[in-house]
Amino acid sequence: MSSPSTSTSTSSAPTSTLRGALRLVDYWATVYRRTWRGSIVSSFITPLLYVLAMGVLLGGFVEADPATLEGATSYLAFVVPGLVAATSMTTVVGEVTYPVMAMVKWNKTYFSMTATPLGVREIALAHLGFVAFRVAVTAAVFLAVTAPFGVYESAPGVLGAFAVQVLLGMAFAVPLYAFAAGLRDETAFSLVFRLGMIPMFLFSGAFFPVANLDAPLEALARATPLWHGVDLTRMLVLGVPDWSMVAVHVAYLLVLVVLGWWWAVRRLTRRMQQ
Amino acid sequence: MIEARGLRKSFGGFEAVRGIDVEVRRGEAFGFLGPNGAGKSSTMRMVAAVSPVTDGRLRILGLDPAVDGPAIRARIGVCPQEDTLDTELSVRDNLYVYGRYFGMGRREVRERVGELLDFVQLTDKADARVDDLSGGMKRRLTIARSLVNSPELLLLDEPTTGLDPQARHVVWERLFRLKQQGVTLVLTTHYMDEAEQLTDRLVVMDKGLVVAEGSPLQLIREHSTREVAELRFGVAEPGAGHDRHVERVADLAERVEVLPDRLLLYTADGEETLAKVHERGLEPVATLVRRATLEDVFLRLTGRTLVD
Ligand SMILES: Nc1ncnc2c1ncn2[C@@H]1O[C@H](COP(=O)(O)OP(=O)(O)OP(=O)(O)O)[C@@H](O)[C@H]1O
Ligand SMILES: [Mg+2]
Repeated sequence: MSSPSTSTSTSSAPTSTLRGALRLVDYWATVYRRTWRGSIVSSFITPLLYVLAMGVLLGGFVEADPATLEGATSYLAFVVPGLVAATSMTTVVGEVTYPVMAMVKWNKTYFSMTATPLGVREIALAHLGFVAFRVAVTAAVFLAVTAPFGVYESAPGVLGAFAVQVLLGMAFAVPLYAFAAGLRDETAFSLVFRLGMIPMFLFSGAFFPVANLDAPLEALARATPLWHGVDLTRMLVLGVPDWSMVAVHVAYLLVLVVLGWWWAVRRLTRRMQQ
Repeated sequence: MIEARGLRKSFGGFEAVRGIDVEVRRGEAFGFLGPNGAGKSSTMRMVAAVSPVTDGRLRILGLDPAVDGPAIRARIGVCPQEDTLDTELSVRDNLYVYGRYFGMGRREVRERVGELLDFVQLTDKADARVDDLSGGMKRRLTIARSLVNSPELLLLDEPTTGLDPQARHVVWERLFRLKQQGVTLVLTTHYMDEAEQLTDRLVVMDKGLVVAEGSPLQLIREHSTREVAELRFGVAEPGAGHDRHVERVADLAERVEVLPDRLLLYTADGEETLAKVHERGLEPVATLVRRATLEDVFLRLTGRTLVD
């Protein structure tokens, strides 16, 4: 099918898209001003609960040979970076499922935006920019709150890991945003949670080395974006980066962002023209 | 302001707009009158440069929406059929963020928001959440929002549907003020009184086509008599209908329309016709003489009533 003339999209020139997206900053700032208290509180409490339960209490029972812990000297040091990355994933998944459906279907807020000079690129970029901001805040708080546990070996590594959280978050957020933007009905989200997010959360190397899995399952785990993010985060904070693997992980996550963006513009354009 | 030639819109295999010609001039109030599903909103969304034209030619402010969508949208105001307000934000914030979408400066928007709140009489609700507003207030807020960029052309898709009579009059009065200020208004409605009150010129749409065009008065003059005598008989039994009544009064009027519960006699002098009806010994449950309206025009043109 030939693509219809897309009057809701604007020029695809990146600078004008960015300039347009900046006009939406006040909208997202207004939304954030209304909700930040709740999200900040949970950003502080969640890492503490996770690290206490999984790292300190559960970790107390784990007598693992450090040789099998991918460079960590204790289970606590192994699991904390895993939790950082897994939390980045769950944070963005929450931001680009129901909230996107609300913008498109329930409140139709996006339709108020396309009635103005803004187009779908600007709208998607601004929304995803807000998601990036949210994951950045969550990751910064997580890293800061867990610093006293003494598992971080390298300060530049922690800064790198912070940047990785934004990249990892976007690698999930952008494709899932595209999916949500074109979705007619929200029941598919529960499949995303049950068949996508929760298995990844549990089996992508956040809590145990994926080498413990059977070979086919290990291969599957290594194919997930979360594993790439977990491995990257762990190498960086523990100060043992294998630079060729770093390059592979970053490239993998970037490809997801780029493909996701292409898909998002396409799907949202279709949806907004209905 | 708007020029459409052979304008069409299809959704999949279904044609919602089937080739319409419309021209709207600067400063006029133009209406699309039609029943549910006539294709009014589909047309408005094309004119608003958000829904691509399937076929035909469309120019808004002299620009082609397929090429200059953003430039067109920058200069028009849109009040969609369904409210798209952010219900969790305050009244003021809804207007403020919307002004920012047009690239207006923060100070400029703030001043404009104050004026608009006054204009739609929502100043004392400025800090209320939209969720807590009545339907009429939400509609006024949507209208205020569509004015934030001081548009030359304002598109209103069913501005008063669902409002009570008093709220409708408030909206009408505001729209009338805008018209006086020189804003070109284009509105859709399925209320004939709204079309009569607000528009200088209108098209009657049905099933994706324009079936008539003109000023409300012209249309009534062309397609109806001056007065209508209504004879109510109660709902006829299926099959029997009001045919036997029709036979007895057919020659008293230029035209007789049969509705489920009444007959409409189109005539120049309703009272006189009614007197003759009584002379013939017909005894309707109730009678009424009224001026012909666009409703009658619509009935004439399509064989159906506007609001069912
Ligand atoms: N996005 C869409 N996809 C498929 N069909 C559509 C879509 N939008 C409208 N239609 C169909 O097109 C026809 C015209 O719809 P439209 O909304 O333009 O009518 P309308 O005159 O505005 O009616 P109403 O008075 O109910 O608002 C209807 O049959 C409707 O079902
Ligand atoms: Mg409509």
